[in-house]
Amino acid sequence: MNIYVLMKRTFDTEEKIVIENGCISDDGVNFIINPYDEFAIEEAIRLRDAHGGEVTVVTVGAEDAEKELRTALAMGCDRAVLINNEDVEDGDQWSTAEILAAYFKDKEFDVILGGNVSNDNGTGQIGPRLAEKLGIPHVSTIVKIEIDGDKATLERDAEGDIEIIEASLPLLVTAQQGLNEPRYPSLPGIMKAKKKPLEVLELDDLDLDEDDVSGRTETVEVFLPPEKGAGRILEGDPDTQARELVRLLRNEAKVI
Amino acid sequence: MDFELSDEHRMLQKMMREFADAEVAPGAIERDRTGVFPEDIFKKLGELGVLGLPFPEEYGGGGADTISFVIAVEELSRACGSTGITYSAHISLGGAPIHMFGTEEQKRKYLVPLCTGEALGAFGLTEPGAGSDAGGTETSAVEDGGEWVINGTKCFITNASYARAIPITAVTGRRGSKKEISAIIVPADAEGLTISEPYEKMGLHASNTTEIHLENVRVPKENLLGRRGEGFKQFLATLDGGRIGIGAMAVGIAQAAYEKTLRYAKIRRQFGTSLSKFQAIQFKLADMAMKIELARLMVYKAAWLKDNGKNFSKEAAMCKLYASEACMEICREAIQIHGGNGYMREYEVERYLRDAKLLEIGEGTSEVQRMVIAREIGC
Repeated sequence: MNIYVLMKRTFDTEEKIVIENGCISDDGVNFIINPYDEFAIEEAIRLRDAHGGEVTVVTVGAEDAEKELRTALAMGCDRAVLINNEDVEDGDQWSTAEILAAYFKDKEFDVILGGNVSNDNGTGQIGPRLAEKLGIPHVSTIVKIEIDGDKATLERDAEGDIEIIEASLPLLVTAQQGLNEPRYPSLPGIMKAKKKPLEVLELDDLDLDEDDVSGRTETVEVFLPPEKGAGRILEGDPDTQARELVRLLRNEAKVI
Repeated sequence: MDFELSDEHRMLQKMMREFADAEVAPGAIERDRTGVFPEDIFKKLGELGVLGLPFPEEYGGGGADTISFVIAVEELSRACGSTGITYSAHISLGGAPIHMFGTEEQKRKYLVPLCTGEALGAFGLTEPGAGSDAGGTETSAVEDGGEWVINGTKCFITNASYARAIPITAVTGRRGSKKEISAIIVPADAEGLTISEPYEKMGLHASNTTEIHLENVRVPKENLLGRRGEGFKQFLATLDGGRIGIGAMAVGIAQAAYEKTLRYAKIRRQFGTSLSKFQAIQFKLADMAMKIELARLMVYKAAWLKDNGKNFSKEAAMCKLYASEACMEICREAIQIHGGNGYMREYEVERYLRDAKLLEIGEGTSEVQRMVIAREIGC
């Protein structure tokens, strides 16, 4: 089985966001594999171990993403592909999906897995957009996948309920928390990761021009949410407190 | 000069850190209270391939270097000192002498199960009358037919309850007034060998510390480890490596104490401001950060020298001495900054101090480290 995983390098979930000159600063920031993509990687490895084949992990990003690709290889992926998008102007979800579509154009694949969303931009668009462009079915936020021949049975998180879906391969799925418990890379896995193939592609290699894939969205302003004020504890008996609360909601917060 | 970790080191560090945070740290307070050995953690470390970390792949090892070993020890010790020392002793006292001095057959028989995690490694050196002073060794091994007959007592032996075979040192003869000391591998289930755990310790409660009695224990002659009469030299070489492990443990425990204290100092408010705004507290925290940085650099340097085939006895002693003393100072200040809370078990810093004290004693006291350094600088 040919299995592909879409991976993104993102800020560590514990990083504090700092804005400098209208941009989010990545100075001294720790990067990780997007946690939802980690579920996808784990599931891809399990599918390969059960059905045979090969897992290729693909990222669209800057050179530094090689580190996260190596971690994916250490976890057990077989090969990695880094598509360099450093020349893409104002890259957005549209750009990334176009680049990936160009990459997959001549590939044979049975399953493509990705994270449900990235923990930075959180748009959840890459998977569905790519599936549309490739003309294959996609199922988002899956918590279970079973494959039998060219048919997949999936359980999908539907706002807390479970939806059971059957789909045919080739198929694109995006992973939701609960799909699995990603493994730690083992020491032998880490030692082997460097020897596994990691291919770096430029837009040229995909017959793309940087203008073909420059972003379709415009960032007007980047700002942090307003700082949370200190909480206030109302005093007095319940009646007094209720009256005070109504007064504050009306006069200060102006919500009623 | 290059102070960067390699990609492999970085990945290993991240993996060990996540493993330690998720699997080792949560039970540390409870294990300190009950003294229950973390068997499940070692099963998982075995599955991750970490138990054979620096040994060749042909024996089931990971083929990694000493820097990797140091990283693994530091991260485990940051979460739980008992887990850290169990791991460090397993590799540097248990596996290393067999790897360094064992025959091909001995490595197949004794090193492979250590790498796969079927057994833990231990080394029977210390006796009631002998530690760094090997001349005090009383345990004797006498040839009888094709066998060694061993009698004696070993004390403070780490991991022996979980070992399958234990290399021990014994007097195998005399050259004039000088004892001839050799190392012999003794199966843990040999007749006449008993392992007990009689100690109530100050710290490292979940580490397995044992006493070994040998009464007419018979083992085949080929169980001699390395050459006859070279036991002393062998154990000096073994301890050189072990000291790097103790240094790494000290860095890990110090790091834990520092991180907890920095967080506490930022949250805890007194006299209308957080503790971290008081210069007296800031200076303590600055000293902690500095000492950890220096200790880690020295540990890395000793490991680097070992990896590059250079002499590292002096640096191993220096890193163990400096890191363990710095760790004690840092743990003491960590409790001080925590005030009354620091004296309470749930804040963990008092455990760090109790665990850290061993580091100034085990594998050669601080005084012995100074003797080693003094000898190396030509005194």
